[in-house]
Amino acid sequence: MTDVDTSLRPPLITGDKSLGDVTRDICAPMDRRPTGLWWAAFAVSFTALIVGVAAVWYQIATGIGTWGLNKTVGWAFDITNFVFWVGIGHAGTLISAVLFLFRQRWRTAVNRSAEAMTLFAVMCAGIFPLIHMGRTWLAFWMLPYPNMRGPLWVNFKSPLLWDVFAISTYLLISAVFWYVGLLPDLATVRDRSQPGWRKRIMSILCLGWDGSARTWHRYETVYMLLAGLATPLVFSVHTIVSMDFATAVIPGWHTTIFPPYFVAGAIFSGLAMVLTLMIIARKVMNLQDYITPKHVDRMCKLMLSMGCIVGFAYATEFFMAFYSGNPYEQFVFMNRALGPFCIAYWTMVTCNVVIPQLLWSPRVRASLPAVFVIAIFVNIGMWFERFVIIVTSLHRDFLPSSWASYFPSTIEIATLVGSFGLFFTSFLIFCRILPVIAIAEVKGAAHLKKREPAEPAVEERAA
Amino acid sequence: MSDRILLATFEHEDDLLAATRAVRQRGLKIIDAFTPFAVHGLDRAMGLRPSRLTWVCFVCGMFGALGMLWFENWTASVDWAIDVGGKPWNSLPSDVPVAFEAAVLLAGFGSVFALFLVSRLFPGKRAHVVNPRVTDDRFVLVIGESNAAFDAAAVRQLMLDHHAVETEEKLSSEEGDT
Repeated sequence: MTDVDTSLRPPLITGDKSLGDVTRDICAPMDRRPTGLWWAAFAVSFTALIVGVAAVWYQIATGIGTWGLNKTVGWAFDITNFVFWVGIGHAGTLISAVLFLFRQRWRTAVNRSAEAMTLFAVMCAGIFPLIHMGRTWLAFWMLPYPNMRGPLWVNFKSPLLWDVFAISTYLLISAVFWYVGLLPDLATVRDRSQPGWRKRIMSILCLGWDGSARTWHRYETVYMLLAGLATPLVFSVHTIVSMDFATAVIPGWHTTIFPPYFVAGAIFSGLAMVLTLMIIARKVMNLQDYITPKHVDRMCKLMLSMGCIVGFAYATEFFMAFYSGNPYEQFVFMNRALGPFCIAYWTMVTCNVVIPQLLWSPRVRASLPAVFVIAIFVNIGMWFERFVIIVTSLHRDFLPSSWASYFPSTIEIATLVGSFGLFFTSFLIFCRILPVIAIAEVKGAAHLKKREPAEPAVEERAA
Repeated sequence: MSDRILLATFEHEDDLLAATRAVRQRGLKIIDAFTPFAVHGLDRAMGLRPSRLTWVCFVCGMFGALGMLWFENWTASVDWAIDVGGKPWNSLPSDVPVAFEAAVLLAGFGSVFALFLVSRLFPGKRAHVVNPRVTDDRFVLVIGESNAAFDAAAVRQLMLDHHAVETEEKLSSEEGDT
């Protein structure tokens, strides 16, 4: 058997680490007391979460009449946030599953936190349709269980029901994928902790992991299977989300481009969120040797390619509206670009198509502050994309007498703020209590310090 | 039966791989190896068969897809037939998305639970950690001494030749039932 020689590539992690160093560096933030910066971030996020909880409490108690919706615009802020958060989650699965299948070993630096991000984002997403049902306490009616109402089953022909299954499956499979990936690292934390509550909790959570090669062998098989399952799953989830719109007859929604367009947009926004979090985390948690500018560079390239697909989709939509000869379709697109919501449209185009073009330059990709700012713009742009798709398609419908406008109410804005609070609070707690980088995977993938003298690889190749 | 076992500890994955191959070549019994990460090629070096968990995944996935297809058909066209937009009651295309999700869900959970079952991983299990550093930076190879051809001194020397940092002989009952 010949080993794959990776000496031609630059090392995945810098600083000439040994295996023990990797464990120590990644576990270090869990042993230290939280820094002032962490407490500041936590205070802000937790306050936002409290605001959100209060808003959700109020709107469930009062009803969704507290929103700015009207008869014409029946879907707006709430569904925008839902699609936005589901999209954020998709980059996590892309990095953990798709890049795993493509043997992209640099993913090991970011996959753990990207998967955590997926979980938290899908949790945030789930809140919105639950509230939108109006009678949130009857949400379990969405599940097909034998009931005393007939039994009246759910409507399996409705894309909204497909969504229930897609999002629940996505949440569960993401959670399992994340947990299975965590098992060896939980055992690492268990073995390096002093006897105490943390050691006890970790021993329970790691299910008695002992590092046996037989277990590793099966574990690798299952990890591969989960990656193979999560890959089509992530595409199906946003495809089904897009079908919530594409199967309607509303001009601007009723198009076949929606599934690929939504999937690309989702991954685009998710990568932006991963970059935002990673650039902060590597600094705050002292992980500069593990999340290197090279990782950022690769994610920027992915983000740029996704941004170009999204830009191409915007152009295709416009072209198809023109080429279809359908006056309603043409009106919707002219209305998007020049109508009352044109600011939202041009914000979207600027943030998603124009600004990411800066990433063609290696110098921009190498500058972390620049990448951070671009990622923030993409986050904003992708939120506006969903807003544009949903609101501009609805607010001027077939009957001019029912045209209306839409502006979010304070309650809706507070709910969005609250969802960010939930996301960042969860992420900050995760950073404190679990290893943010997959220790075992980094050890397996990185070209670590070898025993001296190094193997004579050069002569072999010359011969 | 209390077989004696020999534990060899290594610092580098390459040493463990080479030592495992050497041990297998000499026809000695490898009980297990303990590593901090999945060492690639170790399964072949130890002569492990490809895992059959893929079949569990396949069967669970098929069960999920077919079971859900049947359920969707039964609810929508047999138990309480509903006309939705004039579509046929048993419209197959609209059944596909949910059937796919069910397949993924069952296949994923099925293979993970099968892994837990065959590898005997469960909450509250007391791990038999051969060396607390195997989850950090040490690699341990466990060789069984039951074989008649076993010469402890020679094997010990073989391990040291492969840069073992430590060798130790023990009774296997201390290691659990591997």
